[in-house]
Amino acid sequence: MASIGKIARRTVLFGAVAIAGGVAFGWWKYKTPYGNPLENGLADGAATLNPFVMINAQGVTIIAPRAEMGQGVHTTLAALVAEEMDLDLAAVTVIHGPASAAYFNAGVLRDGAPFNPIDTSWLAETVRDAMIFPGKLLGLQITGGSSSVIDAYDKMRLAGAAARAVLMQAAAVRLGVDVSTLITKGGAVVGADGTRLAYADLAAEAAGLPLKATPQPKARSDWHLLGKTQPRVDMLAKVTGTAQFTADLRLPGMRFATVKTNPNLGSAMTSYDASAAKAMTGVDRIIPIPGGIAVIATSTWAAFQAAEAITFDWEPATYPADSAAIAKVLADSFIPDRQDSRNRDDGDVDAALLSGNVLTAEYSAPYLAHATMEPMTAAALLRDGQLTVWAGNQLPTQILVEGAALTGLPEASISVETMLMGGGFGRRAEMDIIRQAITIAMAMESTPVLLTWSREEDMTHDFYRPSALARIKAKLEGSIITAFDLSISSTSVIESQAGRLGYSIPGPDATLVQGAADQPYTFANYRVTGYRAPAMVPVGSWRSVGNSQNVFFSESAVDELAHLAGADPVEFRMSHLTHDPSRAVLQAVAEMSDWGRVPAGRARGVAFCISFGVPCAQVIEVEETGQGIRMTGAWAAVDVGIALDPGNLEAQISGAMIYGLSAAIRGEITLAGGRVQQSTFWDFEPLRMPQVPPIKTRILENLPQIRGIGEPGTPPAAPALANAIFALTGQRLRDMPFNKSVTFFQTA
Amino acid sequence: MATTLIVNGQSQTLDLPGDMPLLWVLREGLNLTGTKFGCGIASCGACTVQMNGAAVRSCQVPLSDAEGAEITTIEGLGTPAALHAIQAAWLHAQVAQCGYCQSGQIMQVAGLLAATPDPTDAEIDAAMEGNLCRCGTYPRIRAAVKDAAQRLKEV
Repeated sequence: MASIGKIARRTVLFGAVAIAGGVAFGWWKYKTPYGNPLENGLADGAATLNPFVMINAQGVTIIAPRAEMGQGVHTTLAALVAEEMDLDLAAVTVIHGPASAAYFNAGVLRDGAPFNPIDTSWLAETVRDAMIFPGKLLGLQITGGSSSVIDAYDKMRLAGAAARAVLMQAAAVRLGVDVSTLITKGGAVVGADGTRLAYADLAAEAAGLPLKATPQPKARSDWHLLGKTQPRVDMLAKVTGTAQFTADLRLPGMRFATVKTNPNLGSAMTSYDASAAKAMTGVDRIIPIPGGIAVIATSTWAAFQAAEAITFDWEPATYPADSAAIAKVLADSFIPDRQDSRNRDDGDVDAALLSGNVLTAEYSAPYLAHATMEPMTAAALLRDGQLTVWAGNQLPTQILVEGAALTGLPEASISVETMLMGGGFGRRAEMDIIRQAITIAMAMESTPVLLTWSREEDMTHDFYRPSALARIKAKLEGSIITAFDLSISSTSVIESQAGRLGYSIPGPDATLVQGAADQPYTFANYRVTGYRAPAMVPVGSWRSVGNSQNVFFSESAVDELAHLAGADPVEFRMSHLTHDPSRAVLQAVAEMSDWGRVPAGRARGVAFCISFGVPCAQVIEVEETGQGIRMTGAWAAVDVGIALDPGNLEAQISGAMIYGLSAAIRGEITLAGGRVQQSTFWDFEPLRMPQVPPIKTRILENLPQIRGIGEPGTPPAAPALANAIFALTGQRLRDMPFNKSVTFFQTA
Repeated sequence: MATTLIVNGQSQTLDLPGDMPLLWVLREGLNLTGTKFGCGIASCGACTVQMNGAAVRSCQVPLSDAEGAEITTIEGLGTPAALHAIQAAWLHAQVAQCGYCQSGQIMQVAGLLAATPDPTDAEIDAAMEGNLCRCGTYPRIRAAVKDAAQRLKEV
């Protein structure tokens, strides 16, 4: 808990009381079985009530226990607490805090319940609420699934309200007045006569008081921060190069390491020859680790150089060795024995498809790398029976589990310092580099070691977005889809990802059909079947998970049907939707883009989906430049129920769209000889500035509950672009990435 | 072998291998960690610094080539207490998401605006093409570059 420790060291004496470690407040504790992890860092005599608010002489520190990987979660979560405490965001310190089960995420499991997001029936809601309890029992502190605000919205507002309430109680005692005469303002309790008692001055007394009544969060009409764009709490550091990413950690005596592991993913190393590398300047040690070696040196560069000088014999891959063989496995998996789910089975699809003209088509999506800007990094130190791990990770409590398993230490002897993340997108929910860093720390006892992967190691040792195949059979009667039968074949992300953590999750993998089976379309005969292909290349969660490929399949098929019907693609979708928030986002995006009036020489495509409960509609506009197709405009409308920070929502939507468009246009990981063929940004190249069109967004609030925004902007981007290109050229793009089929405009 | 260079106005003499890229000299020799490692092959721009006034990829500059050079890193451009106009524009536009690429983006813009004080959209796109951002902050970067150009004129 060094963050807490650092705060303790910075504290000073004030008044008659030394609040050496600060005072932590909260209300949530009464509902959690877990202790308050902030207690570990508090000095004798300091008190603590809850895990989210801590006060010391410098002011208020808010614990935002979700991984800040660029999505602005620290600012939004801190605003929930600051709003209730009448604090300016600029006046508070925001930290990740320790890894602790107290910070379990109920939201992520709540939405794992097997119901369509618009199903608000008693049964669906009951099961969703019940999912909170396993979340609590597992103590899973996880950032993912666009769930952070869903989990935190009530919890952190209540934590702030409770802290404010006891501070007011303490002030009432001190001043000998009734609490009802007091207000809070600017980090202080203010009496009717203007007497101002700073929170820091009241903290120690307040911490000893029992809360008199259950605190009530403010009415929305009283919000000062929430609902308005807030300056991000991490922005100043990020524009001045002072933000602390894991890669930026510097400790006395620190060594720098890198690893090379088998490019045949998951297979062992047979042998290696490091004789040349050992003689290189700056190299301390070269040690075998599972699947490869680690080089520990006096600089990262020396470690990189030495790793390149090592020769290896690798065990071959255990999965089909090339992309064609993998595609064949997917194609061969559309069989009853491999059926994983058929949760969507409305009407009688087989009967409906017996007669009339049936559209049949096949779509494909490739493996994708996450390719975060900061390659994988982690640091660890094992000293005097204490293990500390520094990492930006989406699953900090799992680091405690992994650390205990590797070192044999009790979890109480392990601490995790969550650092800012140079991008996550699902990649930092994995434990591979964490295990490597701990393994190195065990070999280098008492020496802190920072492990940095090369870009090449990062690109070739990802847990990829799975490749997938889809087959559609559908039928139109007039302008109405009367049958829609979508079959999807892919390996299972849940099986692969949970398996790496040592869990076996029974039942179907909802992500395999996510974005297809859970859509609000009203097709009379509507069936979505997921086929689980055998495990092959290790796969993981990639921004929006199954939605990222399945929305492309489903929304391309809907668009094909719209054009077959001779219908307007927006009107066509509207005529198959009764869910009002979904209709509203489509209507909004049509309005924003002036859908019916396309500039000469250009064409537009639309796509819609609900992902993570968020209806999102997007329009992409394209033109033919003579030197390739160029995007000239993009529009997105989403509904998040309650828009806590419009500016951040806008940034996430447009960023997620660009992430989806990068994949759509040129994102592809291929395999040959068991190895990933792409190794860096030259051959797995995200979009660059000249390719990105102006983007306009609109945020609606028609949903009955709050929803998160990290992922929902990604899924509609690819089909909206494919549909635009069809409208422009008449060429239907059924295989991603699209640059395999059409030329895109590039400068230079 | 000792090499002397001027980093953010201060003369530094370093006993590091001459073929060590400037990126690692800055990050691990001088602990100036604002300059980032992204790829090591000049494909991402995260390591961009100014060398004698021009934006360069520090991963491609061996220390021996920097002998006597004036290097400016993000830390030397401005500080949290005294922002450079470009950083102020970045703050105003709330550009950064994960923020990892932004030091390089800002240093690239510093080079652009030094040579082209009033860039057109096409000039901005062309100058910034080498700087990747995985979070997709490009639209806000465009806006911030224009704002920065205005701010620099008012200085």
